[in-house]
Amino acid sequence: MYTNDMAAYLRPHRLDEALNALARPHTVLAGGTDFYPARVGRAITEDVLDVGAIAELRGISADAGGWRLGATTTWNELVEADLPPLFDGLKQAAREIGGRQIQNAGTLAGNLCNASPAADGVPCLLALGAEIDVASHGSRRRVPLRRLITGVRRTSLAADELVLAIRVPRPRHEARSGFLKLGARRYLVISIAMVAATLEVVDGRVASAAIAVGACSPVAERLPALEAALAGATIDSRLPDLVEPAHLASLAPIDDMRGSAAYRLDAALVLIRRVLARLAT
Amino acid sequence: MKVAFTLNGRPTDWTGAPVTRLASALRDDLGLTGTKVGCDAGDCGACTVLVDGRQHCACLLAMGQVEGRAVETVESLAGHAAALGALQASFLSHGAAQCGICTPGMLMAAEELLRRVGRPSRGEVEDALGGVLCRCTGYAKIVDAVMAVGNAGADVTPAAGAAVGARLARVDGVAKVTGDDRFGADGIPADALWIRVVRAPHARARFVLGDLAPLRARLAAVLTAADVPFNGFGIYPEIKDQPVLADGVVRYRGEAVVALVGTRHGVLAVRDDEVPIAWTVEPPVIGIDAATAPEAALVQADKPANLLLDGGVRRGDASGSFAGCAAVAEGVFETAFVEHAYIEPEAGWAQRVGDRLEIHVTTQTPYMDRDEVANVMRLRPEAVRIVPTACGGGFGGKLDLSVHPLIALAAWTLGRPVACVYTRPESMAASTKRHPARIAARFGCDGDGKLVACEVTATFDTGAYASWGPTVANRVPVHAMGPYAVPNVRTWGAAYFTNGPPAGAFRGFGVPQAAIAHEAMMDELADALAIDRLEFRHRNALRAGDTTATGQTLAHSAGLAQCLDALRPQWQLAQAEAAAFNATQDLRRRGVGIGCMWYGIGNTSMSNPSRMRVGLSPAGTVTLYSGAVDVGQGSNTIMTQIVADALGVPVGQVALVAGDTDLTADAGKTSASRQTFVSGMAAERAARDLRRQILRQANAGPDARLVLDGSRLVIHDGDDIRTLDLAGGDSLMGEGTFDPPTTPLDADGQGVPYATYAFAAQLATVEVDLELGTVKVLRIVAAHDVGKAINPTLVEGQIQGGVAQGLGLALMEEYLPGRTENLHDYLIPTVGDVPEIECILIEDREPLGPSGAKGVGEPGLVPTAPAILGAIQHATGVRMRRVPVLPHRLREAIVASGEKPM
Ligand SMILES: Cc1cc2nc3c(=O)[nH]c(=O)nc-3n(C[C@H](O)[C@H](O)[C@H](O)COP(=O)(O)OP(=O)(O)OC[C@H]3O[C@@H](n4cnc5c(N)ncnc54)[C@H](O)[C@@H]3O)c2cc1C
Ligand code: FES
Ligand code: FES
Repeated sequence: MYTNDMAAYLRPHRLDEALNALARPHTVLAGGTDFYPARVGRAITEDVLDVGAIAELRGISADAGGWRLGATTTWNELVEADLPPLFDGLKQAAREIGGRQIQNAGTLAGNLCNASPAADGVPCLLALGAEIDVASHGSRRRVPLRRLITGVRRTSLAADELVLAIRVPRPRHEARSGFLKLGARRYLVISIAMVAATLEVVDGRVASAAIAVGACSPVAERLPALEAALAGATIDSRLPDLVEPAHLASLAPIDDMRGSAAYRLDAALVLIRRVLARLAT
Repeated sequence: MKVAFTLNGRPTDWTGAPVTRLASALRDDLGLTGTKVGCDAGDCGACTVLVDGRQHCACLLAMGQVEGRAVETVESLAGHAAALGALQASFLSHGAAQCGICTPGMLMAAEELLRRVGRPSRGEVEDALGGVLCRCTGYAKIVDAVMAVGNAGADVTPAAGAAVGARLARVDGVAKVTGDDRFGADGIPADALWIRVVRAPHARARFVLGDLAPLRARLAAVLTAADVPFNGFGIYPEIKDQPVLADGVVRYRGEAVVALVGTRHGVLAVRDDEVPIAWTVEPPVIGIDAATAPEAALVQADKPANLLLDGGVRRGDASGSFAGCAAVAEGVFETAFVEHAYIEPEAGWAQRVGDRLEIHVTTQTPYMDRDEVANVMRLRPEAVRIVPTACGGGFGGKLDLSVHPLIALAAWTLGRPVACVYTRPESMAASTKRHPARIAARFGCDGDGKLVACEVTATFDTGAYASWGPTVANRVPVHAMGPYAVPNVRTWGAAYFTNGPPAGAFRGFGVPQAAIAHEAMMDELADALAIDRLEFRHRNALRAGDTTATGQTLAHSAGLAQCLDALRPQWQLAQAEAAAFNATQDLRRRGVGIGCMWYGIGNTSMSNPSRMRVGLSPAGTVTLYSGAVDVGQGSNTIMTQIVADALGVPVGQVALVAGDTDLTADAGKTSASRQTFVSGMAAERAARDLRRQILRQANAGPDARLVLDGSRLVIHDGDDIRTLDLAGGDSLMGEGTFDPPTTPLDADGQGVPYATYAFAAQLATVEVDLELGTVKVLRIVAAHDVGKAINPTLVEGQIQGGVAQGLGLALMEEYLPGRTENLHDYLIPTVGDVPEIECILIEDREPLGPSGAKGVGEPGLVPTAPAILGAIQHATGVRMRRVPVLPHRLREAIVASGEKPM
């Protein structure tokens, strides 16, 4: 541990050390790709807990129940991991996060905990039914992702809690997923809207569908009405035709310099149809 | 804490606060300033280094995270010029580094790729470089350089007399690819104090400063308006309207209010809310309509009606001529504030040397800086020395004072070196912008498609202070009819103050905005008469012998028709290809557009002389003393090429001293595309003057050949060989000046505003996603009449870089104070957004210019947005009259039009 005038910087190797440290408030630092941009041109004086050296937060593994993506898994580690087609959408998102530098540093949990409405990982993981392992000193809990993120830049994490891992349950059937992002330039771009879809497939039909839309509401949302409409449908080129504007009624996009609310809804609809078209071929 | 890691292969210990950014540790503590900082936020990639072989932003890594890891910086790629790595050599020979501020990051990002993939595809290169922004090159030559690594092209080493026209690598290029070049933030002395400027969070407010004593006790000084000897600066001698530090009133968000001076940590640790400023916020005047409203509040109390200045050009009878026209087109076009977004933020340091001030600063205009700082400090101009550092991009934004008066004042008062480096948000909030414009245009032609009349009114939002507003308002009326012969013309330009950021100089001085209007008019008139859009322009193109709207007869070098001829085959092919593509598609549409421009080189109807000197020392060194600042455009190289040929020695024998106001004469500012034409001519004359002196001493004829061999100068005059031993004698010094011949414009705008004009035509092919409103530019072909390409590689680099900025202007760039004050909300094109750009150089000699050359710095940008907008219209049937064409705007326009694409 190091202390200058006022600030501490901890980089523990063991999880219990980290959780003990959180008895006192610390800002958690993972890849730093959200941390540093929020601190341009001023002295950094807060106490920092760097979680990058904790072995238990790293790595991707699988068991009968599904996959465990360690909190500090970077986007690039995800892209390079050997994972089934279920993860194609998440990998497509990873390749479109920032540029290579960001993909080499930014972490999955950092993306979730930063709780930006435009976080590209969130719709993908919502569409994978992800749950989040959270720990504090002496307690552990598992929460659905949608309950981890409670609003714009807000999470349900207590000050002494860390995200340990993201759990993706194993689907019951063959599954495929896809992701599409709309931005105003090719690289390094904040999404105007993005869509993730996961389809489980049995005999050429949709056994279940999970569709999530980002940047069109304070927190990315699943579209249950659409998912219901897709269930049982034949997987062919007509699949996208099942999507109707009413299915997006639960979204509440805003007007900002990147796009108007009406445009966002319009674009989300197009993106959903396109991602389904891709998954149907 | 101590951090042990491997740095460029060597075990290294570093001690400090572990939360320190790696970029800052490298630069400030470990002396490796090759790694650049453009934003500290991951947005620009200038700080890209390799960590364990992977590219990372050094501004996003804590030193605590670097423990035990291997860091590689640009300094690891080569020690010195003789040992350039293959990648660096490829960057140098391809002209991939212009200003060079992005180069270290580009090199490291490319290095990561090349270690993994021997022969990368274009797509792989784009993915690898996608996180590094370049504002100068348009990326084309960077991608070429990465793809060509290993195919070592031969070095270009022209013989004596053959330098002009050669693709010589830039003479200052080695330092740019090794990371050795010293930019504004790179040479700051370790003992320097730092300034942090506290800026206005409001666009319009009054304020009262509270008790500053507690802060003064913590810091070396707290400077306010009361400390500034003459608290006003501005471009024009009679308009010094911008305060160095605001005096009770702020007129735009980002205006400087208080300067904190102290240790770097000390000033960064002061929170803004610890600075006692009591604000009384007033409703701001935002936009042209608010500024011109009948009861509008005044932005500057002594500027009635918020008017900065207006004026125009009148020739023939424009309004009376429309009635007889076969076709008339009209429209109103709008543009936004656009940020220069040079990757190097404003930076510099100053020290007091006896009774003089020495200022090391990134700048485009050392002599103007010298005079302006002297005026603010109430010193004689000779008491100020400006030493320009390498300049990491300017584009007009580094023609105004930034850090200079503050570091000067603090260094003068405190007697210690003082530095200031803007943060990215500060650079964006404080600096000047491109003028937002509203351009109302009306053009008419006869049944043969010959233009008859044009009326253009261009209204500009000049922001809170005048800056270069008068230049824009003067230049635009002269250019607003486009590069065409129009007998009846009425153009008008007016600039209004608002509480927006000061709008200043930005590549093209308002002409790019005007070109959007006149080119849309050309498309519409051509369509109305069912004449091909290119042919219509060809029919009307200004040619040598034509008289312009200001009554100037163009004697020579008006190559627009040649540019259009050169584009014609590609134009026809591109349209056929687009039609074929569209026949197979419903949701995506391709279109082809064309844009033309002309651009007067140098200042408008104002003297803008340049003086250059070329010396020959007793040791036999030829030195060009050039006051022209190379901001990446290549003037150092071009001047050297011109001097070598005019003197008659190989280019490798010409050394260069550039910029320093103590060592060079005033060459004028690097703007208005003037350095090649104006300073190039002065350099040619200086070299010829030196040659004359040598030949006189040797009593040799004008065609004699010079061979410089150490301090022996051998003169071959026919069969006669004479030797001058320089060692014993005095230095020789040749001098040359050039001031392009112009005349003032009268009340009707009649006169000779410029001595020569550049011409260009560009073609754009785009693909529009009709459902999403996104536009992908697929290809640009740019034909430019440059008079003579002194260095074709550098000319292409200027065009490609200009095109990329034009693309940004058309499709993505809009500065909104408080909302797009960083490089993730303010978008500039990345490597994936700029298409292949083919350059066609037309050389219609300008007899006034050096070897026939004109300028090309700004012209590259001007036709691009018009060509893209024309292509969007061709693809979708929708004419976008407001830029940037953001996806939602285009989609909404497509829906509203309900029109079937053509
Ligand atoms: C140039 C640039 C481009 C970007 N592009 C994109 C993009 O295209 N799409 C996108 O979605 N995002 C983008 N981002 C944002 C960012 O890179 C991602 O959100 C990234 O995944 C954040 O991870 P990190 O590890 O770097 O987070 P950090 O900055 O380290 O942390 C982010 C937040 O999460 C908290 N946190 C991190 N880990 C934990 C944990 N285990 N437990 C509890 N709290 C934790 C931190 O305290 C902090 O509040 C971009 C960022 C930059 C700088
Ligand atoms: S300085 Fe690090 S990305 Fe800009
Ligand atoms: S050369 Fe890339 S930013 Fe100047």
